[in-house]
Amino acid sequence: MTTTLSGLIRLTAAQMAVKLRAGEITSVELTQAHLDRIAAVDSTLNAFLHVSAEEALQTAAEVDAIRAAGGTDAEALHRLAGVPIAVKDLIVTKGQPTTAGSKMLEGWMSPYDATVVQKLREARLPILGKTNLDEFAMGSSTEHSAFCVTRNPWDTSRIPGGSGGGSAAAVAAFEAPLALGTDTGGSIRQPGAVTGTVGTKPTYGSVSRYGAIAMASSLDQIGPVARTVEDAALLHELIGGYDPKDSTSLHQEVPAFSTHAAAHDVTGLRIGVIKQLQGEGYQTGVLARFQESLEALRAAGAQIVDVDCPSFDYALGAYYLIMPSEASSNLARYDGVRYGSRVLPEEGPLTMERVMGATRAAGFGEEVKRRIILGTYALSAGYYDAYYGSAQKIRTLIQRDFDAAFEAADVLISPTAPTVAFPLGAKLDDPLAMYLNDVATIPANLAGVPGISVPGGLSEGLPVGIQFLAPSKQDARVYHAGGALEKLLNDDSGVPLWAQVPEVEEAAQ
Amino acid sequence: MTETLTEPRPLSFEEALQKYDPVLGFEVHVELNTATKMFSSAPNAFGDEPNTNVNEVCLGLPGTLPVVNGKAVESAIKLGLALNCSIAEYCRFARKQYFYPDTPKNWQTSQYDEPIAFDGYVDVELDDGEIFRVEIERAHMEEDAGKLTHAGTSGRIQGADYSLVDYNRSGVPLIEIVTKPITGAGERAPQIARAYVSAVRDIVKALDISDARMERGNVRCDANVSLMPKGASAFGTRSETKNVNSMRAVEHAVHFEIRRHAGILEAGGSIVQETRHWQETSRTTTSGRPKSDADDYRYFPEPDLVPVTTTAEWIEALRAELPEPPAERRRRLREAWAYSDAEFRDVVAAGLLDQIEETVESGASAAAARKWWMGEISRLANARETEPAALGVEPATIVELNGLIDEGRINDKIARQVLEHHLDGEGGPAEIVQKRGLEVVSDGGALTAAVEKAMAENPDVVEKVAAGKLKAIGALIGPVMKETRGQADAGKVREIVLQKLGIQG
Repeated sequence: MTTTLSGLIRLTAAQMAVKLRAGEITSVELTQAHLDRIAAVDSTLNAFLHVSAEEALQTAAEVDAIRAAGGTDAEALHRLAGVPIAVKDLIVTKGQPTTAGSKMLEGWMSPYDATVVQKLREARLPILGKTNLDEFAMGSSTEHSAFCVTRNPWDTSRIPGGSGGGSAAAVAAFEAPLALGTDTGGSIRQPGAVTGTVGTKPTYGSVSRYGAIAMASSLDQIGPVARTVEDAALLHELIGGYDPKDSTSLHQEVPAFSTHAAAHDVTGLRIGVIKQLQGEGYQTGVLARFQESLEALRAAGAQIVDVDCPSFDYALGAYYLIMPSEASSNLARYDGVRYGSRVLPEEGPLTMERVMGATRAAGFGEEVKRRIILGTYALSAGYYDAYYGSAQKIRTLIQRDFDAAFEAADVLISPTAPTVAFPLGAKLDDPLAMYLNDVATIPANLAGVPGISVPGGLSEGLPVGIQFLAPSKQDARVYHAGGALEKLLNDDSGVPLWAQVPEVEEAAQ
Repeated sequence: MTETLTEPRPLSFEEALQKYDPVLGFEVHVELNTATKMFSSAPNAFGDEPNTNVNEVCLGLPGTLPVVNGKAVESAIKLGLALNCSIAEYCRFARKQYFYPDTPKNWQTSQYDEPIAFDGYVDVELDDGEIFRVEIERAHMEEDAGKLTHAGTSGRIQGADYSLVDYNRSGVPLIEIVTKPITGAGERAPQIARAYVSAVRDIVKALDISDARMERGNVRCDANVSLMPKGASAFGTRSETKNVNSMRAVEHAVHFEIRRHAGILEAGGSIVQETRHWQETSRTTTSGRPKSDADDYRYFPEPDLVPVTTTAEWIEALRAELPEPPAERRRRLREAWAYSDAEFRDVVAAGLLDQIEETVESGASAAAARKWWMGEISRLANARETEPAALGVEPATIVELNGLIDEGRINDKIARQVLEHHLDGEGGPAEIVQKRGLEVVSDGGALTAAVEKAMAENPDVVEKVAAGKLKAIGALIGPVMKETRGQADAGKVREIVLQKLGIQG
């Protein structure tokens, strides 16, 4: 099959890599095709906060030159060398702005690269730019970005999920074949679910957090965003591994996730259906696709078992104490003293406290302030035991539920999100309703276990996500199960879900 | 401010002690001399251009993460052992949260309820030789803050025209040693305060975990003082005098605070729980900020750091590396060297114990070693505006110089010149003596001629000597020295004079 230049962007990252290696296309062509796509659709989608065409093309030209020269340097090129990528704007990059979606960091340039960005550079993936997100990754719709609202390519009147809506929308709309995300309570998986893409939250500590602007340190993880399970696995292989700069980093060899993603055979695989993550609060259409996925897996030889995780009922409550507590601390550094924005009080004396106060009042959005206030309260003397302390106990109970569940099952399964993408603005005034989007994704963060969201079909014309969870350090299992389900559903419908995305209205040239 | 002009006059120290029992408590911060900072790879160095010894981690830039300095943990364990503490098998860091521009993350990473070392003691020696035991509550690891300089007349952040911040110190490893309340000190309280801080400084110096220079803030002391009526058992309200940075200041601060508290209590007032600032010039303290036990730092375990765990093997290996405790070592050396109390005290005060010990070990006598280090070497160091230890005089050099004197090849005066030439890079002592022809003139010819000349020019002196006043020979030695450019052997001169006059020596 021949591929037109504009058709290039509809390949998978793995296919792009094959064509680059074979010399059928150049990285400059591939990168330019994506830049053209961004120019065409991003004024509608707003997936990107910053596009770095020049830098991306330069990296692409370097890859092409090395490949053209041949020899050992060409052979030593990383498998994904020359395949462009987008980076969530929560991850710091030298030479490109990093805003975390906040006015607070508008115009700030990081003097250093995140470890994962360093790995992208070493592997020579052209970095297309920085993607939009909820401010400091706080949100489930990307509507809390201080700069713009990202739209879902499946229906531009709807949210792309959050906080990593920019990365998910960019990948779904062929603006980038790959992207990096961060997942604290579902910020990779839930956007993946509602945009019909694949996203993995790796085992806590398996991908370095160095350079990911912290929201909740004990929950944050960087992970891959892609259109296929194999592509996510390839990117995960590249960014994973021990980093001496992150002391919570695990000493562990990175397994060949892509091999597991391509294994497909689920005969005898024990898949545990979590009782607590279905039923009330989940849309009928979502549950219908979920049941079909279970049937498909069962038909392919998997053993479907029920597992009970009673503490999951308290996960959301525990999460909304631990996350804001850590966030209130992590965001204390934004005070206008050293970097980022500084706002002077409009009247009265210019004291240090008042400048800090004015800066934080103007620099942070409502949702960020809400969480800082919640967290400050939860950590206060006299309340610590009742709130933060109790939440940590719930966390232990959730870990025990997982341990017990993984005695009975090799992987667990649930819908990724309770609903399909909702209309923009629908939940903006109801924080609790917004928080409920993460009910199925949060337990994995609290326990540190890996999770993946893969497309599970459409409901009302909108994507539904299916989540697989595995024990800590067994990320290979989510790629195995995810890859298998992806193949079963693709074989059934004849065309991958991601290829069915409607054409985004292109901006007038 | 809480400073009031109407604060009652301090009582005299004697009167205060008649009525009240002081209770002391100390928090001593020790800055470690590790190559890098507590949680980052930025250099840990003093005195450089502001904001040069920094990287993204100790500046708290977005996205950065801390990593514990293993060397600092070793230093903390060693200090804990030297303070006779138990060492935790498992301990965590916590975030102590407050907004202040010298702390780039707006929290200090410290240990809260899980210190690495706890429940120890240190025996301090008082002036009369008595030993007083100070119990240690805990020693924990933390990071230092940056340094603020406030421009303007106030010298404080309030009312400053502007403030400058230097983050070179931000993240420097600290160990904070906290005592249990010290009771029963009585009138010796100020002395105990000085002796305790001195003992801690000696220990960290001996462990070589800190430069231990108080004037640079390597060792800083916060002194807590409270009074309770004689015979009472419930502690009074305490004040905390911050950053008292010399041994003498610690002694004076405790002395003053006892008097100040007593004055207030006698007048029927009550003590404000607050921090106080030490004023060196007036030897008083002034009010700082109110401090209550309810200060809310919103501590919680630092999620970016994994817990520190220790093993018995590791601890024992570190224990085996511990040097002899400084107090024991001093007792041993004082006996071995047979110095007088005053001589020994001077040596300790000059910080030359190590040098003298090494020199004695290299073969010099204790007396000679002291003479050189406390005498000529200290003088030269003074002249060259440095420390004796920093001059670069090797013990072997002193032994060699002494050998040349003992062999009669040079005299003391020449030896001093040789040392100076040595420091100017002219080589070893023997080499210098040879090259410069400084060997003592004691052979018959030249020396006899010089003596004869001196006797001829000083007939009155010769007369006195001949009359039996042998001490008068001294008046002939000067001219002989002049003639021989100082290279004459004074003993030999005396011998020749007596021989010439036919007197039995």
